[in-house]
Amino acid sequence: MVKVLYFAGLREAVGQSSEQLALPAEIGNVGQLHAHLAARGGAWEALARTKNLRIAVNQQMAAMDASIRDGDEVAFFPPVTGG
Amino acid sequence: MKISVQAEDFDLGAECAALARSRTDIGAVASFVGLVRDANDGAGISRMTLEHYPGMTEKSLAEIVEQARGRWDVMDATVIHRVGELKPGDNIVLVVVASAHRGDAFAACEFIMDYLKTRAPFWKKEETPEGGRWVDARESDDVAAEKWKA
Repeated sequence: MVKVLYFAGLREAVGQSSEQLALPAEIGNVGQLHAHLAARGGAWEALARTKNLRIAVNQQMAAMDASIRDGDEVAFFPPVTGG
Repeated sequence: MKISVQAEDFDLGAECAALARSRTDIGAVASFVGLVRDANDGAGISRMTLEHYPGMTEKSLAEIVEQARGRWDVMDATVIHRVGELKPGDNIVLVVVASAHRGDAFAACEFIMDYLKTRAPFWKKEETPEGGRWVDARESDDVAAEKWKA
């Protein structure tokens, strides 16, 4: 299982803040997980629409080619706007 | 070093005093306070909600302060960022840096703010007369952070 988190406008668009997902065998990196989730269609297309989507794997900023494995925490979110 | 993500307000004077307490080798304390403005991008703002990524937020702030310590003579530092519901005039963020001399204190304080704006996982949602809207990231913030790479 991987824990997937969504924040801010993306959280609102997909209608949930987190989910536990059994990682399909063919998914080995963030980009593949992203495509898998966006392919759910409907509200999930927000994942593909979000401009400059940011990713964190195990709470570290990561890129689409970052590898993921069982037990990881993967977060998707828009560019940050704190401060 | 103190890192705090909290709903409660902070006291600039108390935080500055706390850094310099019990030591006499500090010669400079530089601080920055960010506040909620009552207008943004042409709309009036009645309140704002700050969301963050618990766990990653604290780690990323600690990493940013560590990077500052690697570049300048930072003797101590405090970063406090508020979350939850805020209204115009409220404090949002505090950075205080203590050093032997002002140059390092000023530079490290600005660096921490510039990196916080572009790397720490916080998001602002503004309440305007037309309804709620998520604040867009500004290109000028990326430019400000980039300048430290030179």
